[in-house]
Amino acid sequence: MSKITINIDGKEIETQEGEYILNAARANDIFIPAICYLTRCSPTLACRLCLVEADGKQVYACNAKSKEGMSVTTSSENIIKERRAIMEVYDVNHPLQCGVCDQSGECELQNYTLEMGVDAQHYAVKDVNRKDIDWGHIHYNPGLCIVCERCVTACKDMIGDNSLKTVARGADALEAEYKESMPKDAYAMWNKLNKSLIGLTSGEEMLDCTSCGECAAVCPVGALVDTHFIYSANAWELKQIPATCGHCSAGCQISYDVKHTSIDNTDEKIYRVMNEWNYVSLCGAGRYGFDYQNEVKAKDTAAFAMALEAFKKADTIKFTSTITNEEALVLQKLKEKFGYKLVNSEAKAFQTFLNDYSEISGTKLYGYDLEATHNANFVISVGTAIKSDNPNARYALNNSMTVNKGAGLYFHPVKDPVIEGLGKSIMTVYHAPLQEEAVLYLILDLFADKERLPSDVVSYLASFHSQKSVTVEEIIKEEITEIVKVMKKNEESGEEEEVEEEKKKMVPKKITKEVIVDDNRLLDILGADEKFMEELEKNLAKKDSFALIAGPDLYTHPNSRNLARLLALIEKYSAFELTMIPTLTNSLGVALICELDEKQGSYTIGYNTKGDFTLSALGDGDLDMPAINQQEGTLTSINKRVNPTNAAIGYNGYELNDIANELGLKAELVIDYTKMLPISKGFKTKEFDSLPNRYDNDGTEHRGYLLENLAAATSGDESVLKFSDEKLEGTLIYMANPVRQFTPFTNKATNLDEVSGVYMSEEFLSKSDFNEGDTVRVKSPSGELVANIVSDNKISGDIVLLPTFDSKINSEALFSSYRFATASIEKV
Amino acid sequence: MHNEHVEEHFNNRNVTELDSNYYMVDIADYPADGWGKFKRALKRSFRGELFVGLWVVLREMIKFDVHTVQYPAEKMPIGPRYRAVHEMKRLWESDTERCIGCGLCEKICISNCIRIDTRVDENSRKEVTEYSINLGRCIFCGYCAEVCPELAITHGGEYENASDQREHFIMYQDMLTPLDKMKAGTQLEFEGFGAITPHEDERVKKTPLAY
Repeated sequence: MSKITINIDGKEIETQEGEYILNAARANDIFIPAICYLTRCSPTLACRLCLVEADGKQVYACNAKSKEGMSVTTSSENIIKERRAIMEVYDVNHPLQCGVCDQSGECELQNYTLEMGVDAQHYAVKDVNRKDIDWGHIHYNPGLCIVCERCVTACKDMIGDNSLKTVARGADALEAEYKESMPKDAYAMWNKLNKSLIGLTSGEEMLDCTSCGECAAVCPVGALVDTHFIYSANAWELKQIPATCGHCSAGCQISYDVKHTSIDNTDEKIYRVMNEWNYVSLCGAGRYGFDYQNEVKAKDTAAFAMALEAFKKADTIKFTSTITNEEALVLQKLKEKFGYKLVNSEAKAFQTFLNDYSEISGTKLYGYDLEATHNANFVISVGTAIKSDNPNARYALNNSMTVNKGAGLYFHPVKDPVIEGLGKSIMTVYHAPLQEEAVLYLILDLFADKERLPSDVVSYLASFHSQKSVTVEEIIKEEITEIVKVMKKNEESGEEEEVEEEKKKMVPKKITKEVIVDDNRLLDILGADEKFMEELEKNLAKKDSFALIAGPDLYTHPNSRNLARLLALIEKYSAFELTMIPTLTNSLGVALICELDEKQGSYTIGYNTKGDFTLSALGDGDLDMPAINQQEGTLTSINKRVNPTNAAIGYNGYELNDIANELGLKAELVIDYTKMLPISKGFKTKEFDSLPNRYDNDGTEHRGYLLENLAAATSGDESVLKFSDEKLEGTLIYMANPVRQFTPFTNKATNLDEVSGVYMSEEFLSKSDFNEGDTVRVKSPSGELVANIVSDNKISGDIVLLPTFDSKINSEALFSSYRFATASIEKV
Repeated sequence: MHNEHVEEHFNNRNVTELDSNYYMVDIADYPADGWGKFKRALKRSFRGELFVGLWVVLREMIKFDVHTVQYPAEKMPIGPRYRAVHEMKRLWESDTERCIGCGLCEKICISNCIRIDTRVDENSRKEVTEYSINLGRCIFCGYCAEVCPELAITHGGEYENASDQREHFIMYQDMLTPLDKMKAGTQLEFEGFGAITPHEDERVKKTPLAY
């Protein structure tokens, strides 16, 4: 792609060759009206409002690509006529009850109706009965729907659930005279609109998807609304608090929309979460899990005094990674001052993994991020239940396939119908747990530059290859001659008579032949499909940018060091660019800021986790702490970005900084620590208040700052270990949460209603004598727990999932450190 | 024609040009020096103008022809457009409340004294659960009545707002037309801000219907 110059309305602008005119215009603050187009998704061409004239020809700006020297006019007499007619059409039979519509005030139909100056209606069609429908967490009002299909596009191109589609409206045909009398595009658009409405792909009554709510967010009118939000507040009453989602490592930009609770209670309350859906897509946890704040009436001085006592007694601080960078720094400073041990097993594993990785890669951090993964066209995911570990990574995987005509490869032991549903070009390999090294070796084998790869690795890889002869069936075309009888007119007599004629035709014929093929034993070890290589070859056609997403399964793997080194080799010697998914919200930040210890001492202070004295933002500890949505601070995301977040609602209690101040660290506010974050780890000396949190019109992200990916010392030793055949077999359990759940904080949110328990796939339940709701005892070599069975149709296969979002179920006790374990399950 | 005349009249502010009963009041110049000011003070103090006023009062009292309104026993009639305490109107057809809870009154209120809570009710309609106006802050500007798309909130004639507190709230139920009044058909439409202007039907553009 090269830079080119085009001219829009007399303004010379620079853009990429092949960029859509609409995007080029938007990036340069030139307004072209458009409803149905979503940035980062493929053009829908439903609204036709973006009509422009390019080099004298009318085109749709959302799907016409820029060419060098192109001259674009955004409006002409005819275009103005078309646009006004289109808006009139949208207003046909649209209820005039803006007063009771949740979209009123931020409605694109309202805006464009005014923009195009629609002050009278000229068209009419008989309406059909359009009753509103409850789809569970989403409410659909077809009466308000303008069928722009933005919801369908977002669900397909970005999220990958493919849960929505257009269905027949069953309306009368348009009056014939409109075809003549109406502007051409407006008529065509109306003709299509009049035939469709939005419905569920599944044909069921309720939405059964990963419940991200992106469809409601992108809806330009009030047709799709979050059920919890209906009639609770108007757009103009809500104050937007720019923030960063605190649930996972994606660090999505969100805005908490707050307003007073009620007439009687003037305390601010979060009514909904909004996002810049053109540039960032949220998951269900981010969108609906917003009310996890810790409500504290007043400062509890007695508990605070006890906390100070506890800090004097303690030798260990144990914490989770759902804290800000600033808090992590406070903990690190306390360690430096008082010698506390800092224990955080999940961040420690990630930290060690990063260090092991940098020994070969020569950089402290992985090279890629999710943003770049969106633009890749071949993406591999390994070692992560991607849809629940980091939903945004899954969107990147899906988006790269749908929009860049890309393909994907998904390696994981847990069968996942959601990933399979992403499309035809995703290939899934469900390998046995503990075989992740074989996966990375396979990637090296398939994609690494063997010339440059260390020779012992090359020869090790070669040892898996052998030649075998296979019988293949092939279909060839053979020419045969047959005699057919045809009726022909006898030219002399003028009568029809039967004549025999010879006809040649090509007929497909099946033949079998023996061929010598390469046999890759790695594929057998991983249990890949027989046609794996064939399909892969097809999928690799025309691919030029490769992304690899590696996840938390690898960090706690018994051979994690070897895995880290293999990943570094892949990044170094193949075209793949690497992104690692930090385990929890701020695992990356914690791993960079804190010196973590392995073992805890005799007296532990727990922060958001159980200790001898517990500080907790969940409200269940000895001293209350503010939750992420009540704090100012920064969070380090998977994109290696230090994102600022703001306090959406008030907090009246003590925070970690108060304790630190009492213990001799001096900072008025916890954000005073933002500029002190360690430069040696890639942070910058920037004041919190100077950190931006927004996107430009061209999608450029201005949020906080990017971590510097500093160089790390390498020893030149690039040796990696062979993998063992050891794998887990039998009844397997896997530590993973259902989609929309991450931590006890998401569990606290009212609108996230996932039930906790032992998650089994429908397939597994039907094969076993367990039933949904049964109480079972799950026993592993490390521990046991008793919980109810939950049937989960978002997984399939035999592996049982144990979630960690409910603190009442101690799933961690069943695992040594690796996310998989063998277990026995019996009814109680 | 009539309107033009009025405009002319108001635009021409040079009163002497108008052949009317206007005349200039004979006002002496202000004293410029200390002596002049002293003289003026003396004159004002000893002219006995106070008694002129007292005499008028006494004269009117003994005449027993009193024009003063005997408030609160008597009240002046109020114009139909007078903007006093708000009322919430009901629909003539069904007696149901006109307010749809759109929140525009809350938005437009320049003294920020209206608050409204809504929710979705069992019939999936928008329900106003609470509505309050702080009359202590209300400046009775009439914007709420003007912006109301349903002619639901209007001003009424109730102007007696004596209260023992500065904050004086009025709730939805207090403003709502009582049902017996609706039954009796005595709900009055407000003619002031927000009311439908005459000849509205002639001005509105009709929407075509395919039925």
